[in-house]
Amino acid sequence: MTTDPLTATCPLPRTDTDAVLMGHGAGGRLFAELLDTVIGPIIGADPVAEDAAVVAVDGVGVVVSTDSFVVTPHDFPGGDIGSLAVHGTVNDVAMRGARPVALTLAYIVEEGFPVADLARITASAACAAAGAGVAIVTGDTKVVERGGADGIYINTTGIGELLPGAVVTAAGADPGDAVLVSGPVGRHGAAVMAAREGFAFDLRSDSCALNTMVEDMITAAGRDVHVLRDATRGGIAAVLNELAFASGVGIAIDESAVAVPDQVAAICDVLGIDPFHLACEGTLVAVVAPDAADDVLTAMRARPEGRGAHRIGVVTNTHVGRVTARTALGATRIVDMPLGEQLPRIC
Amino acid sequence: MRYLDEYRDPALARTLLAELCATATRPWTLMEVCGGQTHTLVRQGIDELLPAGMRMVHGPGCPVCVTPLQAIDRAIAIAARPGVIFTSFGDMLRVPGSERDLLGVKASGGDVRVVYSPLDAVRLAVAEPGRPVVFFAVGFETTAPANAMAVLEAARLGLDNFSMLVSHVLVPPAMTAILESEHNEVQGFLAAGHVCAVMGWRAYEPLAAKYRTPIVVTGFEPLDLLEGILLAVRQLETSRCEVENQYARAVLRDGNTAAQHAMAEVFAVATRYWRGIGSIPDSGLVLAERYAAFDAERRFDVDGLDAAEDPRCIAGAILRGSAVPTECGAYGTACTPRHPLGAPMVSTEGTCAAFHLAGRSR
Repeated sequence: MTTDPLTATCPLPRTDTDAVLMGHGAGGRLFAELLDTVIGPIIGADPVAEDAAVVAVDGVGVVVSTDSFVVTPHDFPGGDIGSLAVHGTVNDVAMRGARPVALTLAYIVEEGFPVADLARITASAACAAAGAGVAIVTGDTKVVERGGADGIYINTTGIGELLPGAVVTAAGADPGDAVLVSGPVGRHGAAVMAAREGFAFDLRSDSCALNTMVEDMITAAGRDVHVLRDATRGGIAAVLNELAFASGVGIAIDESAVAVPDQVAAICDVLGIDPFHLACEGTLVAVVAPDAADDVLTAMRARPEGRGAHRIGVVTNTHVGRVTARTALGATRIVDMPLGEQLPRIC
Repeated sequence: MRYLDEYRDPALARTLLAELCATATRPWTLMEVCGGQTHTLVRQGIDELLPAGMRMVHGPGCPVCVTPLQAIDRAIAIAARPGVIFTSFGDMLRVPGSERDLLGVKASGGDVRVVYSPLDAVRLAVAEPGRPVVFFAVGFETTAPANAMAVLEAARLGLDNFSMLVSHVLVPPAMTAILESEHNEVQGFLAAGHVCAVMGWRAYEPLAAKYRTPIVVTGFEPLDLLEGILLAVRQLETSRCEVENQYARAVLRDGNTAAQHAMAEVFAVATRYWRGIGSIPDSGLVLAERYAAFDAERRFDVDGLDAAEDPRCIAGAILRGSAVPTECGAYGTACTPRHPLGAPMVSTEGTCAAFHLAGRSR
């Protein structure tokens, strides 16, 4: 039987599965489902879209965050798995408006991994921690049989203290707030992809610690800084969707205001990937009260990692939970949450 | 970026839109054939900016969508064999088969790898002489020449561990099927620029004449699409029905004859089943008999593996709007979001899944 070709539609991707897929680790809709339906209910915690938790210890707010790093290749232009493991967790702690104080560093190493590489990665992690002003205070090393890991995996856990006056949460965006981004997007994802595929692009990961810039932002605007998120897995598309959902607001961005470096745009064009879905590792999205936006931008631009800071949009009380973008031609499109895997293991 | 930014200029786009609005006196309906064109239209919101009443109908040119269930199931069966390295373009991995998708095969231990060129699969076969390497050859005339080159290269190297699962489709027979449809409202086509870069546009000339329908060979950037739409509307407004070439920087009337020769050497035209549409005569490519040694269907003995969309599923009626999910016998029992029988139950955006999530009962 032949169906009328005009009524044909696409077979849609499956989201049901009995096994964990690579896409479940990509920070998109598949991961959100896993958190909502499997992990969250068992732990009994309300799965909120925060990078770090605030725990009261003797009445003092302590911020804690943990993250594991499985990036391949281990070395990429602009960093390696050691520096990335430090920057990632330092930034997650900072995104609650906290000053990171101490880090743990835990390795899972595959039998046969060169000791010289382990030393080099450790030196890189130590250098990154010193640069961020954070001490590595304890750690762990486990070795698994050959084939049990891809060379080396790293877990870091960070603790920090809330900065005075900081009230930063993913649920804090209010209609009218300004949406800022600290620099051009997509650099880490594109650099890792180029390194993996052997593309000769002059492109470096943006991997860096953002905690000092965050302190300056909080100093400039205090509780007017409502939301901070580093745009890691799933890129700015995932982060904006998460905070629109968590805050119960809409977000409207101006697509042409988002800086996408030429090399990132080129690699995305070649491979058919959306630059808004590509990971950043040293670029944050901030939602701030409209009157504070200029002061916060000035504070960001005073730091090298925030030199390219710019305003990309506004929080709305319409289309709640949705992110829309005004295109270069003046039309409007939805910026969707990425479904799952863009690339294997980018952080 | 040179050669791209020129075709994305917002000021020029507004000029073209103004000209289009000044030209169109009736609510014309056009179809962009290629999924890449659909992507640009939707991503840039061009469809929203068209003159009032004017409509773009999205064409069948998404190779992922039209690859038949049977081919996906055969791919899954081959990829699940021990020792096999199954290679594919990335976007095929998520396409649902009867039971699962290729990502699921990978998760259960299958060696499924994304490649960016079929020649990467040939290189893999050279590097892994002890293991069978299979490439999933899907797509339109655009991807066929590179896939033909991969077979020629494997033959030249005398590789006995390389094979190809072929499910190629051809554009002109699909356009004919649309024009022959009793429901057809399409008054003009934007032909797929990259398909035409390979094949040229001679095949479209009889279509334009027979069905009195303008066909404009069109590129993929925003200005390409706007100019393609404008050229088609100008033809409609002046009662012309010709093949015009908007994508002159890439397309010649005769196309790329070297690529056509490679395709003709390696492939033969055959009747092909299109997912969601059905069987269309002479609308696909299979490996020619002299390259049968590279045919993965024969090598892995999966050519007997048949698959059909579940007969209990009334997706066609749902999608046409002639039935609602709660009228389906399988809804909520045999068919749920966790175990869908058809596409509308798969994604949360599908009609059946939306009904199910809203708790509507039969």
